[in-house]
Amino acid sequence: MEKITLASQLLQYLITGLTVGSVYAMVAVGFNIIYNVTEIINFAQGEFVMLGGLIMVFLHVAMGLPLILAFPATIILVTLVGIFLDRLAIRPIRRPSVLTLIIATIAVSILIKGTASLIWGKDPFDLPAFSGRNPITFLGAVVQPQYFWVIGFLIITAIALSIFFDRTILGKAMSACADNPNAASLVGINVKQMIMLSFALSAAIGAVAGITITPISLMEYDRGAMLAVKGFAAAILGGLGSFPGAILGGLIMGSIESFGAGLVSSGYKDAFALIVLLVILFFKPSGLMGSIEISRIKRF
Amino acid sequence: MLRIAKLPIAVFALFILVFPWTARQIPAIEHYPDIMVFAGIYCLITIGLSLLMGYAGQISIGHAAFFGIGAYISGILTTNYGMNPWACMGIGMAVTAVVAALVGTPSLKLKGHYLAMATLAFGIIIFIIFNEETQWTGGPDGMPGIPGLSLFGFEFDSVERYYYLVWGFVIAAFIFTVNVIQSGTGRALRAIHASELAAGAMGVDVSQFKILVFVYSAVLASLAGSFYAHYLNFVNPATFDLFFSIKLLIMIALGGMHNIWGAIVGTGLITFLSNEWLQYFEEFEVIVYGAILLFVTVLLPEGLAGVPGIVKGWFRR
Amino acid sequence: MSGGMAENVLELQGVVMTFGGLMALSDLNFKVRRGMIKAIIGPNGAGKTTLFNVITGSLPPTQGTVTFNGRPIQHLKAHKIADRGISRTFQTVELFGNMTVLENVMLGCYTRIRTSFMASGFVLPQSRRKEKRISETALKILKFIGLSHKFKDPADSLPLGEQKLLEIGRALASEPELICLDEPAAGLNETETHVASSLIKAINAKGITVLLVEHDMKVVMNISDEILVLNYGRKIAEGPPEEIRNSPRVIEAYLGGET
Repeated sequence: MEKITLASQLLQYLITGLTVGSVYAMVAVGFNIIYNVTEIINFAQGEFVMLGGLIMVFLHVAMGLPLILAFPATIILVTLVGIFLDRLAIRPIRRPSVLTLIIATIAVSILIKGTASLIWGKDPFDLPAFSGRNPITFLGAVVQPQYFWVIGFLIITAIALSIFFDRTILGKAMSACADNPNAASLVGINVKQMIMLSFALSAAIGAVAGITITPISLMEYDRGAMLAVKGFAAAILGGLGSFPGAILGGLIMGSIESFGAGLVSSGYKDAFALIVLLVILFFKPSGLMGSIEISRIKRF
Repeated sequence: MLRIAKLPIAVFALFILVFPWTARQIPAIEHYPDIMVFAGIYCLITIGLSLLMGYAGQISIGHAAFFGIGAYISGILTTNYGMNPWACMGIGMAVTAVVAALVGTPSLKLKGHYLAMATLAFGIIIFIIFNEETQWTGGPDGMPGIPGLSLFGFEFDSVERYYYLVWGFVIAAFIFTVNVIQSGTGRALRAIHASELAAGAMGVDVSQFKILVFVYSAVLASLAGSFYAHYLNFVNPATFDLFFSIKLLIMIALGGMHNIWGAIVGTGLITFLSNEWLQYFEEFEVIVYGAILLFVTVLLPEGLAGVPGIVKGWFRR
Repeated sequence: MSGGMAENVLELQGVVMTFGGLMALSDLNFKVRRGMIKAIIGPNGAGKTTLFNVITGSLPPTQGTVTFNGRPIQHLKAHKIADRGISRTFQTVELFGNMTVLENVMLGCYTRIRTSFMASGFVLPQSRRKEKRISETALKILKFIGLSHKFKDPADSLPLGEQKLLEIGRALASEPELICLDEPAAGLNETETHVASSLIKAINAKGITVLLVEHDMKVVMNISDEILVLNYGRKIAEGPPEEIRNSPRVIEAYLGGET
């Protein structure tokens, strides 16, 4: 009897971990998109997730728009915020140094956070689950259907992105920019536009993460920072710049957090991801998929 | 030679000296010395941080942690064990130095974003510890009953007395730091900022220096934390969160990162903004800070310290 | 300060440098006699700057020893090697743009005269005296290299030719026994090159051993006592300028070697 309970308990943690990890994976993917094209780490990445959740609450709950309309509308609005970030904070900087860009994205992240607190206040908000809240029993674990929506959207996002980058002209142009911006501009690719596109894309993905996770963990105005840090941890774990790495990193990070919270201490839940981040940074900054990033670290 | 004039320092010291008396004469700003105490405490942190960021070219988004460690060590040791507060301050600074060295050594090998993230993660971990270790820290509800400071029977129990105490330390730390900047050591730091490669080739032990400045800035933050604890007679974890670390960044950015006076000016302005001018507009606080930081980063990269240069540039045309 | 009067200031034995699968330097052996000017030449990618990086401590060699005044230094970090008496300049000028011309040279004195953090903060009288000595030394060097009139200017406001001179001046400030110049004439016009060459000869006349990497053949032939030719990380010739000029192997390496 006990063995079954322990196994299903662990399975519970795993599924929760994969769900939460899917959010981290999406944040990590967002980091990578911007990083690949610009070498900037966007500290405001987590705010896109937060906005996704809260704007969806506004459109779907407050305004009553049906899910099928509110979802894309939210994504579009958050994408606009992403473009706004590029236009307002990144593009105008005359002498972009690493320090300046870090501070610029931090500035925008607190601007967004501050605006959110003005509009939505400090309380957490809920969203109705996409397909109801009747728990599904899965191999002994009791799981909310929304969990599968989150993981599902990660998969959809991953597939969509790989089609985008490999099969579409725009996507290939962005990859070219990531590889060699000088060469890319020589063949006529508008690098500035690609940068803006990378912010737009990252914002959109962040929004998806926010929309899908809110029915499970609610959403409030200041969730952004922790999401950004954990998403960054996931990106580094998987190797900065690598998309499969980001997804793997996110899922692993989510699982570590879930198991840590369940088995060790729930109060220190947030600390697990952070400790993992420090360990990676100190010992293997190139991450699991280990890339040439390590030399880039020195280059900074 | 990087000459930082002595006269402005003397003038500033004079201003600090007479300010409380002046404030007492004007009812509208009677309470300003109290705000100035906080400004002074934060200046202790930003002076060290300015040396780290502006002169040595490193970044830390986790300094709230060191501020908190100093505050909690002072609080815990004086409240639970009745130890002498000054000794506890020293202990706090020593412990902070060790923690900073331990965290700094691997972190400062990293650059740019990675260093920023490492310090950020560290800051949040310490914050979580403050919240979770309730038996030591009192948890989210905080730790009340921290005694005040006294020296040989002289009690620092009024705003004015505490004001002079804190600002005495601030001015001392400021002069010390200015001396370092103007010396060969300061030159080595600025060399590191410009080119670590060349600095190393000229005999500068780059990693040792970075750690040294990091520890120095952490120790000052710890000292500030102790002063904070003994002033409010209360600490709670919320003070030492990520947002405070970012606020410190804003203070330095606003004043001007590459100028040690920037630390004082920026800190003063933000403290008054926080405790006085935005008092009735609390919901707008975060947006205002974000806007200030963005404005400074994009339009005024040298902060307010860069304004004279810009104005001179206009006149030259 | 002089680490013994060994005949050879610098000696490399069996130095190998591999990056991943690439062998940048392979089995390098050579000596640098005290007081000579030795030039290292070779086609692009021959490994010249890698060699410099190994000698000056930026890179630990995969194998082999680098000996300075009889003592091994291949495992030492760059700043320790600077302390021992080796100074260098860089292929792309690495000046401290945030400081003045004078301050750049003053930093060069760091290995010889330094104060601790604490002593600097409390401005003990000894640190004042040290600062004075440092600025006097720096001013003398600026005079030597012909840049005294620009001592207050920001270092990055100088034209390239003067920046290169300044970098050499900075390297002189540590009173080195051996100075390694990485392409001192790169990017310079004829006048500037002439000034640089004269400066190098004047430095050597003071007893400082010079090791330089250079592409400009006129400079190399003009000032070197001995030339070492590298190709694909290997030594293919070593000797006085006339010998190298006429060596068929060298000519082939430059004209035919690079695919």
